[in-house]
Amino acid sequence: MNNITEKMLKIITDYGNLEKASYNIREDGECVGRRSTKNVSIEPLFDRSGIEIKVKPNTKGETVYIPACLTKSGVNDLVYNDFYIGENSDVTIVAGCAVHTDGEEESLHNGIHRFFLGKYSKVTYIEKHIGEGNGDGARKIDPVTEIELEEGASIILDTLQIGGVDYSDRKTIAKLASKAKMLVRERIMTDKDEKAITDFEVELNGEDSGVDIISRSVAKGNSYQGYSSKIIGRTRCTGHSECDAILSENGRVDATPSLTAESKDASLIHEAAIGKIAGEQIIKLCSLGLTEEEAERKIIEGFLK
Amino acid sequence: MLELKNITFTLPDGKNITDNITLTIPDGKMIAITGPNGGGKTTLAKLIIGIQRASSGQIIFNGQDITDLSVSERANCGISYGFQIPVTFKGFTVRDILNLAAGRELSLDECKELLGTVGLCAHDYINRELNKSLSGGEMKRIEIATVLARGDKTYLSIFDEPEAGIDIWSFRELIGVLDGLRSNKKCSQIIISHQERLLETADEIVLVAGGKIEAVGTPDEILPLLRMENTSGCDCPKGRTVSK
Repeated sequence: MNNITEKMLKIITDYGNLEKASYNIREDGECVGRRSTKNVSIEPLFDRSGIEIKVKPNTKGETVYIPACLTKSGVNDLVYNDFYIGENSDVTIVAGCAVHTDGEEESLHNGIHRFFLGKYSKVTYIEKHIGEGNGDGARKIDPVTEIELEEGASIILDTLQIGGVDYSDRKTIAKLASKAKMLVRERIMTDKDEKAITDFEVELNGEDSGVDIISRSVAKGNSYQGYSSKIIGRTRCTGHSECDAILSENGRVDATPSLTAESKDASLIHEAAIGKIAGEQIIKLCSLGLTEEEAERKIIEGFLK
Repeated sequence: MLELKNITFTLPDGKNITDNITLTIPDGKMIAITGPNGGGKTTLAKLIIGIQRASSGQIIFNGQDITDLSVSERANCGISYGFQIPVTFKGFTVRDILNLAAGRELSLDECKELLGTVGLCAHDYINRELNKSLSGGEMKRIEIATVLARGDKTYLSIFDEPEAGIDIWSFRELIGVLDGLRSNKKCSQIIISHQERLLETADEIVLVAGGKIEAVGTPDEILPLLRMENTSGCDCPKGRTVSK
């Protein structure tokens, strides 16, 4: 593992606990470290580049780390990660992608995650995306997440992309069986000429399934963000999506929510709010002694926390 | 000590919201400002904190001319303001705003004390987000707590209708908080209120209506005027014009 990977891993995973956990560390398209545990096996896929992670039923409290780092320009990495979570398990998965380019060529990471959650299992999925380096080579990531939740299964997706990624296009597709729950907390900040697209499609197929998507974004500089969500309720279910965006300078945001109710018992809500920081928020913090610049920084920090 | 000298705030259409107001707030005193809705009370408070800038006149605070200072600069001079309508912040917790008000990381015990003072259990509130899930009364108490969190950085506290929305928390507790601030003889307070029970605890009541000071006096002098028949239909009658 090179120094850049090591540094970026710390940001992605806070990986003090790697020693006892299962993990797979990917650097520039190659595996540079892997460990399975008694309850979590990580094996390479035979037909494609990537890994298969299997969590035994009733596994509780384990954390799986699967970070990927691109440490140079001119890399085009495509990886498949398949997760099979046994019934009644409760695990945390820490993923993330760091793209570091000092060269002129672009680097691209496409991570395709597929989750298959058994009955009444629970996954907390934490993902950070960062880009850094001084080169002109574009840092690009295109994560795709496909999720299938069996009866009573639940997943929390907690994703963060803060600056330095020139282009990202993320797609999240989920199918929920009865009593399955999905909670998404997504935070994206773009600056300069960056572009970030995020797209959700959730099918609520089982009775009493539910999804809650909360996306918070800050678009600064000349950056652009596109948010779209499609929630389809096919039976008695609840769906809620919320897109809050703060615009700064010449930042632009598109929000395109879509709700489809195929049953009269589907209860679906969307909220979207896009605008600059409310003047009254700045004034309140100034009345506590902060300057306008400090107030704006604190408000954005809090918003994306 | 705060001195307002001939403060006028004029809208672009020429209407004066405050009209040539001259008023002195001595140290260690609690001054209540009351008067009919739309009479200029909140504008006067905003002129003092700097949210609005006076069209003419001068504001002197502890001997310093603060007329041209920004909101931040006035806050750093020692003026604190509890907003009439508290501001919500997505992503900010109660603890975050208290820390910002204090200018440092407060300990859990300090947060408990601040929130306890305004009748909130820290355990239930400290990690709550300052969003619309909080009721008006809860937001109002947290707003008061942010002013208290500024501690000894404050020489003048301004509370705009602190009683609004506070339905469960008793007035006695609110008055206790204000009295606690009053015990510091270097600090003064301005309370904008319509509530007689708050007004009667003030050292002086200033009656503002139509952008002007209609009367200044002790509660014994002013409250009888306010209790007179209300012909304006307001919850706080203007009372008869009396000599200043």
